[in-house]
Amino acid sequence: MELLCPAGSLPALKTAIDCGADAVYIGLKDDTNARHFAGLNFNDKKLVKGAQYVHDHNKHLHVAINTFAHPGGEKRWKNAVDKCVDLGANAAIIADIATLDYAANKYPDLELHLSVQASATNTAAIDFYQQNFNVKRVVLPRVLSIQQVKQLSRNTDMPLEVFAFGSLCIMAEGRCYLSSYFTGESPNTVGACSPAKYVRWRETDKGLESRLNDILIDRYQADEKAGYPTLCKGKFNVDNNLYHALEEPTSLNTLSMLPELVKANICSVKIEGRQRSPAYVEQITKVWRAAIDSYKANPDQYQVKDEWDSVLANVSEGSQTTLGAYHRKWQ
Amino acid sequence: MKLSLGPLLYYWPKQNVEDFYQQALNSEADVIYLGETVCSKRRELKTRDWISLAKELNNQGKEIVLSSMALLEAPSEVKVLKQLCENGELSVEANDVGAIQLLSELKVPFVCGPAINCYNASVLKIFVNKGMQRWVMPVELSRDWLAKIVSDCEDSGFRSQFEIEVFAHGFMPLAYSARCFTARSENKAKDDCELCCIKYPQGRPTTTQEDQQVFILNGIQTQSGYCYNLINDLPSMQGLVNVVRLSPSDTQAFTILKQYRDALSVGIDPVKLATKECNGFWHQIAGLQTQG
Repeated sequence: MELLCPAGSLPALKTAIDCGADAVYIGLKDDTNARHFAGLNFNDKKLVKGAQYVHDHNKHLHVAINTFAHPGGEKRWKNAVDKCVDLGANAAIIADIATLDYAANKYPDLELHLSVQASATNTAAIDFYQQNFNVKRVVLPRVLSIQQVKQLSRNTDMPLEVFAFGSLCIMAEGRCYLSSYFTGESPNTVGACSPAKYVRWRETDKGLESRLNDILIDRYQADEKAGYPTLCKGKFNVDNNLYHALEEPTSLNTLSMLPELVKANICSVKIEGRQRSPAYVEQITKVWRAAIDSYKANPDQYQVKDEWDSVLANVSEGSQTTLGAYHRKWQ
Repeated sequence: MKLSLGPLLYYWPKQNVEDFYQQALNSEADVIYLGETVCSKRRELKTRDWISLAKELNNQGKEIVLSSMALLEAPSEVKVLKQLCENGELSVEANDVGAIQLLSELKVPFVCGPAINCYNASVLKIFVNKGMQRWVMPVELSRDWLAKIVSDCEDSGFRSQFEIEVFAHGFMPLAYSARCFTARSENKAKDDCELCCIKYPQGRPTTTQEDQQVFILNGIQTQSGYCYNLINDLPSMQGLVNVVRLSPSDTQAFTILKQYRDALSVGIDPVKLATKECNGFWHQIAGLQTQG
C-alpha cells in the first residue's frame, strides 16, 4: 500500500520524502488545482527541483490538475498536462473530462488518476472513465462507507485510492457549490473552498465572530477554540436548535481502519493537506509510515498506538478526529 | 424557449405525488422531469411506480423525462439506475456520470442533469457523441460562462445538436453528502432515519445565528436557503437558452410556470425579488446575492 502525501511547497515535498512517503502530490501555481492559495504550490523552477528530489529518492510524483477547464482558458489545463509530462511525473490526477480527453489522446503513456473532484462513486462511473480515457486509478470521494468501499473494490478491477487523513470534506467532492453560493468562488471554478479573502474575524459582545463574505459562520466564547470558517462547519439554527447542522470542525482519521483498507485492496492512502505546513507534513508522514510498516511487519497484531493518535489529534481541526463516512454511524 | 418542471426534490406521500403530476399535465410546462433524485430509501414510489407514472403521463402533450439519482453509492442503486435506463420508451436525465455510461451503452438519448460536472464545450462535445440531447447547466455557472461555451460550440459546429436548459427558479441543490442532514436534525442516524424527511415537504430551513436563511436541508442534499429566481433575466437568455427550468416546492409551481410563460410570451415589467430570493449565480456573483 502506497503512502501518498501532500506537498504545497518544496520544503514540504522534501520533508514528505525524507519522512517516508512513497509518493507526493503537488499542484501548479495557478487555478488548475483545487488548492489555489497565495504562497502555495510550484512555479516552473520549483517544479523541476521537486521532481528531481522525488526521482533522486526513487519515489513517485503525482500532479493534481483537479479543477475544471474554463471556457476560453482550456490552454492552462492543457499546459498543466504538458508540464506534468515534461517533468516526468508518474501520474496526473485529473477531474475534468475535457482535460482527461486531451491527456489520454496526446500522451497515451501518461498514467491518469481520476481525481476525487470527479466524484466517481460507482462501477458504472468508473467504467466510463476507464473505457474512455484509460484511467488507471480512481480516488474515491469521502462519501462511501467502508462497506461500500469494499463492495466497490470487489466489483471493479480498477485500483482504488482513498483519503486516509486530513480535513474532512463532507460533501461529494466536485459537486458542492456551497462555497460559490456564499462567495461566488468554488473549488470547481477557482480552486478554493471558503476562500481566505472572504474571511473576517470580529470581537463582539456576543463573542468572537467568524464570517465568510459577511455571513455569520460561528461565534466563539472565550473558552472555545476558534476554527477556520469553512462554511459547512459553522453553527446554524434548525427550528430554533443551534448546532453544527452539517458537520463539526473535525478531521478524518482512518488509522484504526488500516487493516480493513488493506483487505479491501486499496492501493494507496492519501493524506489531505497541501495547504498545511512542512511541520504538519512531517508529523503526519512519520505516523502513517510507522503505522503501515507496523501493519506489514505483523498484520495480526496491528494496533493504533496512543502516541500516533495524540500526534494526529494535535494537527487536526478542533483537535478532533472522526472516521467520517467510512463509519456508517457518522452518516 | 420551452418551460420545464424539474424533478420533485422532496419526499412526499405517494398520493400527493400522483396528484401533483396530474396537475402538471395541465400546467404551462412543456417538459416534465420526474423520478427520485436524492435518496434511494425514499420508496413511497418505487422505481417501477415512477416508470409507470412517467409512461402514463407520456403522449399527453408534454415531453416526459425520467430523472436519475445524483449520488450512487451502492450496487443496488446502480441496479435501480439500470432499470430506469432500460425503460424502453422515455429519455433519462443523467445526474451521475455512471448514468451516462449506461445510457450510452444502451444508446438511449439523455439529458445531462445539473449534478454533472460539465464546465466547457469540449465535455459537451464528448457527451453529444454519447447521445446527449440536452444539457442542464450546473447551477453555479453564470450567463457569461454560458455565452462563452455557446460560442465555442458554435465555432466547433455542434451547437445545433443539443438543447441548453437553465435552472431558473426554485431552491437549488448545492451539495450531496453521505450524511443525511434531515436525520441529523432529528438526532437520528441515517440507518435509523425512519424516513423522517416525509415530515418536511419543503425541506428544513436552516439559518445563521443572525436569522439569515442559508440552507434548506433535504436529506443528503443541501439546497440554497434562498429561492433562485431568474424571472427578470429571461431576456438575457435569448439566443443562449432553449429550456427554462422551474424546480417545484409545492403546487405554487404551477402559478410560477404561468408567470414565466407570460414573461416569455408578452414580456413583463421587472419584478422586485423577495428578500428570500436571489439571482447571483447568473450574474457571476455570490449565488445568494441579488443583482438588479
